[in-house]
Amino acid sequence: MEHVIIPPATYTILGIPLLILYIIIPIVGVALFTYIIAQRLQPLIKAAPDNRFDQLGLRLFSMIKYAVAQYKQPRYMLAGVLHIVIFAGFCVLSIRSLTLVVVGIKSGYTLPFFDTWIGTIYNVLKDIAATAVLIAVVIAGIRRGIYKPERYKVPEKYGKDHTAEAVFVLAMIGGLMVADMFFEGTDLAAHINRGIDTHYFLFPLTGTWFVTYILTLCSDSTLQFLHVISYTTHEIIFFSFLNFLPLGKHFHVITSMFNVFFMKLNKGSVKPVKWGISDDQLDELESFGVKKFEDFTWKHILDFYSCADCGRCADQCPAYHVGRPLAPRFITIKCRDYCFDKYPLKDESVDRGPLIGNILEEDEIWSCTTCGACEEECPLLIEYIDKIVDLRRGMVDEGMVPQSLQKPLNALGKRGNPYGKTEKKRGDWTKPLIKDEGYECKILSGKKAESAEILFFADSITSYDDRIQEIGQSVFRILKACGADFGILGPAEKDSGHEVRRFGEEMLFQDLKEKNTKAILESGVKSIVTADPHALNALKKDYENLPPVEHVSEYIYRMIQEGHIKFNPLEDQSDIYVYHDPCYLGRHNLIYDPPRMVMDAIPGLKRVEMERSRDRSFCCGGGGLMLFYEPIEETRMGKVRVEMAADAGATVIVTACPFCMVNIEDGIKTSGLEGKVRAIDFAELIDRQIIK
Amino acid sequence: MEILVCVKRVPDTSENEIEVNAEGSDIERDDLVYSVNEWDNYAVEEAIQIKDKVGGSVTVMAIGDDESEEVLRREMAMGADKGILLSDDTFEKSDGRGLATILKAAVEKGNYDLILTGAQSDTGAAQTGAMLAAMLDRPFASLVNLIEVIDDSTLKIGREIDGGNQEMHEIKLPCVLSIQTGINEPRYVGIRGIRKVASVEIPTMGASDLGIDTATIGDAGAKTKCIDYFVPEMGEGAEMIEGDTDEIVEKLVEILKSKGGIK
Repeated sequence: MEHVIIPPATYTILGIPLLILYIIIPIVGVALFTYIIAQRLQPLIKAAPDNRFDQLGLRLFSMIKYAVAQYKQPRYMLAGVLHIVIFAGFCVLSIRSLTLVVVGIKSGYTLPFFDTWIGTIYNVLKDIAATAVLIAVVIAGIRRGIYKPERYKVPEKYGKDHTAEAVFVLAMIGGLMVADMFFEGTDLAAHINRGIDTHYFLFPLTGTWFVTYILTLCSDSTLQFLHVISYTTHEIIFFSFLNFLPLGKHFHVITSMFNVFFMKLNKGSVKPVKWGISDDQLDELESFGVKKFEDFTWKHILDFYSCADCGRCADQCPAYHVGRPLAPRFITIKCRDYCFDKYPLKDESVDRGPLIGNILEEDEIWSCTTCGACEEECPLLIEYIDKIVDLRRGMVDEGMVPQSLQKPLNALGKRGNPYGKTEKKRGDWTKPLIKDEGYECKILSGKKAESAEILFFADSITSYDDRIQEIGQSVFRILKACGADFGILGPAEKDSGHEVRRFGEEMLFQDLKEKNTKAILESGVKSIVTADPHALNALKKDYENLPPVEHVSEYIYRMIQEGHIKFNPLEDQSDIYVYHDPCYLGRHNLIYDPPRMVMDAIPGLKRVEMERSRDRSFCCGGGGLMLFYEPIEETRMGKVRVEMAADAGATVIVTACPFCMVNIEDGIKTSGLEGKVRAIDFAELIDRQIIK
Repeated sequence: MEILVCVKRVPDTSENEIEVNAEGSDIERDDLVYSVNEWDNYAVEEAIQIKDKVGGSVTVMAIGDDESEEVLRREMAMGADKGILLSDDTFEKSDGRGLATILKAAVEKGNYDLILTGAQSDTGAAQTGAMLAAMLDRPFASLVNLIEVIDDSTLKIGREIDGGNQEMHEIKLPCVLSIQTGINEPRYVGIRGIRKVASVEIPTMGASDLGIDTATIGDAGAKTKCIDYFVPEMGEGAEMIEGDTDEIVEKLVEILKSKGGIK
């Protein structure tokens, strides 16, 4: 294509070639960007180690799924689609932008093969992409600037509002699109005005198409002026944008690919106190957990960099929902602000000291139930549970533990259960079954230890809580009805330590784990069944070398498939059932369907779903030590959850976790829905319906 | 400030089911778990907080057998600098006065500005602290729930008095204070903390080290004696309120009002 108007690379003003400017801008832009990134890498280098270089194939696949294909984005439909459009547009336009940088130095430059049909197709794609991005940016701008969705709000105590930054970046993106349309359009218009063929397929209704035909109304000199101005504007915005990204929440544009690649792969587990330090070496560590910023692992700092501040985590967080002083999003943002102050680009470093008490509050960190809703929602797979656990480890190490938690922790240390009940009574929940119902119960530990195929691991609440013992008894009857050869550990069983570990008391957890592991291995069982998802998760994710562990819902589902179980039809068929997904069964162990399918196998059972179900299940209030913690809150999660069930039209809430039962039954009482809604454990329902 | 805190190893009431033995002479001690007396734990926390503010050191001291060492180590894990175990066969079965006599001898081996004890321990007598003060001829205040250091020789203290009211005093050092629970929020001590101080030497002193006349302590010196333990019989008068939640609440409020429980 011959030049009708002078391209930027050869244009001069007062005899000075603009080429100089177009060489300086990229050099300065890239140099500045390199410096900023080098500075941003500083804290990552000083941070704690993290083991993220395993399973590279799976990591690559995850990166494609979550970062390239943006798998989680449409969970919030409008925002998600807008984001995908902008992101996809950026991917297409990245080639164009890089080409443009060279065009300022060498006019008419094209990438190899782009002077062929490939270039023609690309130009069409790029014009469509730029148009789509521009439209998406305008909608996003209206949404953020005018409608201001609730989840972007920043309460004063958490820092400053980010709306201005968001709108500014949208304006920059829009500016890039428009500048490119004008740069292309001025040249095309000049050709059209002279009747010269451009060999450019101008795709109708794209931004460039509109701009070109409007510009045909302009004179050559105006077109020349606009051509150079739009190019210069494009270059200035492009390199400003590049350097603006690492300064705030738009750093995710650069870091998210890495953040997703290095994502946590073993859901439900908790990171070791320090990567590379085995359990036996823990005593040698000087300090435990996260106390100062550099105690975070490099991946956790990368998480801080990567947060796009979309607020989805807090929007899903049950603690935030009930007014506890915790919003996952602001943990990240406060830590990022702290990091940028301590590792500034130019100003004096400001060290605000230990994290707890300065930027994070004790109650904030204790408020988390580790339900995992935030992590499930985050489009960038930012982790929270491991950070919360690490911060708690630091607090435990410094003695900062609320009085309400000290008693149960001490009791766990002395008696192996949080209630301080004696060990010898741990198996007493089976007594009514033996005395009143004539069952026999094998005890797989002690001097007269019997042996069995299956261990029923009850855990503390099922062993000692009057109400929850009934769930254990139901499981017992179900296992008998299935003809299982099973037993319990009795006095040798200790608390699984699931919450002990997640509340940061690692050494106590290690002690409990060691004792349970020994008792389980000595019992010689071939598999383990539990009705407590917290125990399930601990035995599966926190323990090593145990026989396979199953939740009772999985076991029953298998028994149905193998034809061992049949159900009586429901007596009262006017009831509407709803299943509440326990966090540690659903989100952390992906067991969503077996309980539902088993329930659906009961003749006459009508079942509805709550709006928040499966991986968006709303935590009932947390288990284990969380039952002892006295949070600051406006309402209770259990109450909110019961109201959600009632809204779905349910009269019976089925849970599959002892702690859910405690919280939901409390919730029924406090929400005033007694008589209208009742709760039953999954095992109790099966026990009632199973043909024995 | 040199602070001494007297601590005791007691059966943990929250983690035991306490039963009286068949003879009625003691509680069943098989299968009990022990911990530091709760009041003493508050006293140690207070001592550490004072030390953190004005400097000095905190020593914890216990009378008992070797097993009392675990309690001393726990308190050292909290932040006490030094532990001393007072152990001797002749100390066994001492009454409150006997214990105060042993403590007095040990206190005189050191140079303490402030001595803290728990307000009471497992026997519930709440006497040892006061007797120790009397024997040392030092000022004493009981049930202290607030301490402020004014200067090297004076403390400002708060005491809980009847009806939840508070009174404030000034007290001259050296003195003895018995500490009420709730004065602070004692820090948590994990297994890790205790392991860190596991190998710290804890000196043990017996009757001869302290120069005590064994006739004044132990069974021989005891002037009080426990003659019976029993669980009181269930009295009459418990009334079960029946009805639905609203009715129960209404009746309960009515009863509480009529008995003057609420206004």
